[in-house]
Amino acid sequence: MNKLPSEEKVTTHHTKLEEEAGTLSRRDFLGFLGKGAACAGAFIGAGAAIGAVEAETGKHAFQQNDAQYEEAVNNPPQIPGYNWNDHQWAMGVDTTRCIGCLRCMEACKMENSVQMDANHHRTWVERYVYLEGSNTALVDSQTDPKNIENAGSETKFRFDDRYRHVKVDKAFFVAKLCNQCEHPSCVQVCPTGATFKSKDGPVLIDTTYCIGCQYCVQACPYGARSFNESRGTAEKCNWCYHRITKGLNPACVEVCPTGSRIFGDRNDPESPVSLFIRNNHVQVLKPEMGNAPNVFYKGTDKEVV
Amino acid sequence: MEHVFEHVTPYVGYVYPNETDFAWSQLIVIYPYITGLVAGAFVISSLHHVFNIKSFAPVSRFALLTALCFMFFAPTPLLFHLGQPTRAFNAVITPHWTSAMAAFGYVAGFYLCLLLLETWFAFRADIVAMSKSKTGIMRKVYGLLTLGSDDVSPRSLAIDHKFARILSMIGIPSACGLHGYVGFVFGSLKTREWWSSDLMPVIFLLSAVGSGVGLLIVLYVIASKVRKTEIADDTMRGLLYVLFTAITVVMVIEGLELLEIFYKAREGVETVRELIMGPIWAGMVIQWAMSIFVLAVTSALLVYDVHGKRLVTWLFLSGLAIMIGVLAMRWNVVIGGQELSKTMKGLLTFYPEVFGRESLFVVGVISVCPYVTLWLATKLLPPWEKSKTAIENASKFSLNKQHSVA
Repeated sequence: MNKLPSEEKVTTHHTKLEEEAGTLSRRDFLGFLGKGAACAGAFIGAGAAIGAVEAETGKHAFQQNDAQYEEAVNNPPQIPGYNWNDHQWAMGVDTTRCIGCLRCMEACKMENSVQMDANHHRTWVERYVYLEGSNTALVDSQTDPKNIENAGSETKFRFDDRYRHVKVDKAFFVAKLCNQCEHPSCVQVCPTGATFKSKDGPVLIDTTYCIGCQYCVQACPYGARSFNESRGTAEKCNWCYHRITKGLNPACVEVCPTGSRIFGDRNDPESPVSLFIRNNHVQVLKPEMGNAPNVFYKGTDKEVV
Repeated sequence: MEHVFEHVTPYVGYVYPNETDFAWSQLIVIYPYITGLVAGAFVISSLHHVFNIKSFAPVSRFALLTALCFMFFAPTPLLFHLGQPTRAFNAVITPHWTSAMAAFGYVAGFYLCLLLLETWFAFRADIVAMSKSKTGIMRKVYGLLTLGSDDVSPRSLAIDHKFARILSMIGIPSACGLHGYVGFVFGSLKTREWWSSDLMPVIFLLSAVGSGVGLLIVLYVIASKVRKTEIADDTMRGLLYVLFTAITVVMVIEGLELLEIFYKAREGVETVRELIMGPIWAGMVIQWAMSIFVLAVTSALLVYDVHGKRLVTWLFLSGLAIMIGVLAMRWNVVIGGQELSKTMKGLLTFYPEVFGRESLFVVGVISVCPYVTLWLATKLLPPWEKSKTAIENASKFSLNKQHSVA
């Protein structure tokens, strides 16, 4: 097995990742990922379909290949009986429950065929640590070079134990993802209207219409958007639109072992997210931006960015 | 899925994971730079056409050609930058009007048409003359360029002049609009502390005028040296006035901008300070050193009422300096804005690619293209008014010829 670039040198710029995983066998990858990944399906722009993918190109075996992507985009599956006027999806993040296991990140990368390097994410987890006597937090995420070095690969999602020998006053994890804002800056600045706010909440991208100017990447206050160089279009979390329209939870919510991520329909007062919002003091990130996010946080901190 | 290219930008502090992939590279640095040169050159051309300031007459048509040739290449960096360049016209066909970027196709297209029209009116008499004096294929080319209008009666020329003047008048707000708009693309983004400023469009516009005047000074001096013609002292003095005004106002507003950031001292102001001392320190030093140099030299030229060769030398240097300074300023804005993380807790350091689609090599090629095009354009449409000495020489030559024949 070839070494991934990240295993050789983490912070080098201009790293070509082309050869990456070129020789990773399918078995290796499936072994690492677990064989539970099975949900195939896609919406325009969701770019989602994994599972038993024949790795003709020899690239990431579990991810969508070009033909599948094209099929998903040009011929999106019909979802009978789904009316987007009937739903108002929302997400809750209970930071007091998050243990930083990063299964959400892994699940998202698999489910949505997100690029496997450390520069493209639809969701990630931040670690905030107040050392003893300090008034400010040290922050890192899985993509911190030290964490990648410790995990040995960009495709293994682990936090290192750098704080093992120091006294910590307070520490917690904060999961981040697209906030599917009520007033999304990314939609405002999109010159073609390729990205749009759906009636049921999520902000989606029509990847057949995106010109790849990356104005949206600049405009997102939360850094939630990235650019897919191979497709030449923008990428973002869509709360697994292909799943939620079928009555499933987003992949990250599904795999969260502690129930830190809560998802549901705000039109339903008894849905998990409605209860979460009603029963807790919730906050949103960067409210001063005026974007009115739809991801509600419990237990954030002044240091959370 | 093929990876076309990947960047991993080194950083300190904490940045959002997606930020390590730099969205807007050096191509987006030269886009406002080239657009700015267009705006600046056009303003000089208008000073003659609209306000009838005689001292700009020798460079007026040359300035117009310069603006046109640079405008041809203003959208090129954007096309190289787009992930899906073949879909570029989606923004024009179905513009999403809440986006500042959606207007680009219209603003740039309108302005390009205006420049083409004005150039045609300004050069029509020459084109007609050349369609009659040239031979071979060039005769046909000029014949086509007349668009079938070969009337050069005084009345017709007066109409030409009137149209060129009207177009030039429309052109002034358009040029300001075009470049103010480029500033708006950056200034309207609330996400980035370094961009999000009401002064941004004004800064972009005024520095554009400065760099455009600088470009004209440099090109005019070089062209005169190459053509071995006299450099009009009046013109140089006129350019000096404009350059002095531009640099003074730009420096004041840029200074105010920095002062406001640090005086307001909003959350993350320490990181802004570290940005200036860190990733963009070289750019800031170049920008301010060049600005101070230009301000000092132009002030001295005014105070000591310098004329002639010394004026040419020092103004040429000032022109070069402001071009470099404004380029550095574009870098500091475009790249610096992204080097300052949205978290306001981290700083990235951008290293440009040397070869590749979005590389320094491409930037170099695109930057050279307008100059080559301008050189070709001056061959096609000589913009220089015949100077007195040239006419005298020509008449002497023809007299000699007649004598020798006799």
